[in-house]
Amino acid sequence: MTQKSSVRQLFGFMTDVARWSLSGGIGYQLFLCLLVVFMMLGVFAYLVQWKLGLTVTHMSDIVSWGFYIANFTFLVGVAAAAVMLILPSYIFKDEHFHHVVIIGEVVAVGALIMSMTFVFVDLGRPLQGWHILPIIGLFNWPSSLLTWDILVLNVYLVLNLSIPAYILYCHYNQREPDPRKYRPFVFISIFWAFGIHLITAFLYEGLPARPFWNNPLMGPRFLASAFAAGPALITVLLAIIHNATTFKIPKQTFNKLRLIIVISAIINLIMLFSEVFKEFYFPTHHSLSAEYLYFGLDGHNSLVPWIWTAVSINIVGTLLLAFNPGKNRPMVLLPACVLLFIGIWIEKGIGLIVPGLVPSPLGEVVSYAPSWVEISIALGVLALGMFVVTILLKPALIIEQRFETNNETV
Amino acid sequence: MGFLKNKSCRQQITDEHRSCQDAGRRAFLKKAVKAAAIGSTAVVAGCQAPGLLGSKEEMALQFQEYFKAHYRLMTEKERDATIIRLERLAKLQKGVDVQISSKGALPGVLYGYGFNVTRCEGYMECVSACVRENNLDRKSNTQYIRIFEMEPGQMAPNAGNGKFFNEVPVDGRFYMGAQCNHCDNAPCIKACPTKATYREPDGIVVVDYDWCIGCRYCMAACPYYGRRFNWNEPVVPANEITRKQHYLGNRQRRRGQMEKCTFCVQRTREGRLPACAEACPTGARIFGNLLDPNSEIRFVLENKKVFRWKEELGTDPKFWYFID
Ligand code: SF4
Ligand code: SF4
Repeated sequence: MTQKSSVRQLFGFMTDVARWSLSGGIGYQLFLCLLVVFMMLGVFAYLVQWKLGLTVTHMSDIVSWGFYIANFTFLVGVAAAAVMLILPSYIFKDEHFHHVVIIGEVVAVGALIMSMTFVFVDLGRPLQGWHILPIIGLFNWPSSLLTWDILVLNVYLVLNLSIPAYILYCHYNQREPDPRKYRPFVFISIFWAFGIHLITAFLYEGLPARPFWNNPLMGPRFLASAFAAGPALITVLLAIIHNATTFKIPKQTFNKLRLIIVISAIINLIMLFSEVFKEFYFPTHHSLSAEYLYFGLDGHNSLVPWIWTAVSINIVGTLLLAFNPGKNRPMVLLPACVLLFIGIWIEKGIGLIVPGLVPSPLGEVVSYAPSWVEISIALGVLALGMFVVTILLKPALIIEQRFETNNETV
Repeated sequence: MGFLKNKSCRQQITDEHRSCQDAGRRAFLKKAVKAAAIGSTAVVAGCQAPGLLGSKEEMALQFQEYFKAHYRLMTEKERDATIIRLERLAKLQKGVDVQISSKGALPGVLYGYGFNVTRCEGYMECVSACVRENNLDRKSNTQYIRIFEMEPGQMAPNAGNGKFFNEVPVDGRFYMGAQCNHCDNAPCIKACPTKATYREPDGIVVVDYDWCIGCRYCMAACPYYGRRFNWNEPVVPANEITRKQHYLGNRQRRRGQMEKCTFCVQRTREGRLPACAEACPTGARIFGNLLDPNSEIRFVLENKKVFRWKEELGTDPKFWYFID
């Protein structure tokens, strides 16, 4: 192939992708517009925060990280969970997962973009962000876990963009991708997926100042909860795609996903109970955070309803998925997935970050709930993530479908 | 940690060198920087209507400030230049003449602090002296020092009552202060992703305010609640500004920056006591050079029953509580 024609091919690929992502039925257009509206809301709220400072949030010197960092933590997990599709599909050559692996990768990209945006909006001085970059700034690596996290998240983003991009590009041109070119990177990305979430856990685990976080179970628990919440989200997304588009998803895919979710969710619950046991069987001064979370402390009990909701829907969701009373009917499966997802979001977000910071090292107890600015920015970031997922997924599915039908007819 | 210390030693040498230089050079540079500022006004003038962000000169100065390096990596010349810019900005924005020092650590000095639990009676003179000396934000009522009223049997500030409004001292109670412990093995330094917070050769843990990105990881990492964040633009009435300042100390902070106790670096490197130690009416606050066998702090460490808070964390604080 001459260079000229390959450039033209690439150009054609790009324009087609752009065309496919933005064109669609009226429903699709409306959906995109709605997302843009929410993004605008986020931008507006961010401008307010920009103008007045982080004082417009409800964070304080005591609760110095809040809703943003909570969502960041959770979303890193969702991003890592793509590995639960990548691993079986590329390594074990599982055809049911292979069919949908691209969806997992796109979800990972969306989740990564969201989580990094959450870190960015949390910065007190975003304009000085370059100070953290290697070479032009001062990158406190390997000492600071935050630099580790920045490193691994960005590499994971590149991996999850480039592997599918290469495969899609080949499929677009109706040829089989060369495994020698992408398989090494698939291996790296599998290790990396575990890495991003472990390191995000180490961010907290490595702080002896915060007994609630300084807990060796943090890393494994992060993984278990992520491998439950991520596939739960993907299940719901697959169901939507199955119903809303011509891209059909085999039943077996759902069944296998259910198994993954159940196993992870059970491991997660076991670890949760182990933690709860440790905190409450013989409460020490270090258990005050857990007490604050589950029962409230000194009259500050804003988190109590949240955590009990989270734990109950976690259990209900897990039981529903495990015993499968609906016999794999989406009527039961999907709500169970949604319950599990929300439960883990609460527990691993607000339920993890805030109690880590309360009581403060000086023993002070305060309540925290996000302000309207925090909620609006979070909605904006969520819309951004959904937007990214949508416009990436649409052309990806078209290409995949064309490739598959073509191969069948050949 | 080893390489950090090496670097600091080198720094110390250049700092000493600088401190004996004549002030005349800075005066000369002052003019040069001003000229440069006016020159680069042309660059930014097109971007924004004057008045929106202050005068053109102010904008130009801020533009140059934006690109400056981390304090530790600045050459002597760059330090002088930024200080002149900052002094000029203070004049333009607040109409006050401040003097910002860049005096380095004195050789053979490692600062340590002692807090006499028996003596403190909870007057909180230290707190207000600190607020005034360090130009702390009056709007959000920022305070580096907290005083706790303790019941007998308690021996850690977090067990005490930090919100007492009664007349002091109360019979049968005692008082404990809490502030940055200037840990020798500081978790905040380890956590900071940009090295904005670091340990000076004399053991003071400082924040390069202009290098801080406001991620607040250090705040989560500090076991002593030693750090304060500027959630809003700090406000200090112009007539209350302490004008003798230090680049790493009490100079004007901005929204989004982390700050903390600096052992009053602007005072202590001039051989004075920190404002809190000077203000304490009962003499409960002891400050001095740990490397000087004749210092008061050494006397306390050798002759009193001392203890440190959260010793088990291994942070190695340079802040001791002691009992008479
Ligand atoms: S007390 Fe906190 S802020 Fe001060 S040096 Fe130790 S960790 Fe850093
Ligand atoms: S807030 Fe500033 S000083 Fe603290 S860790 Fe972040 S960059 Fe470092």
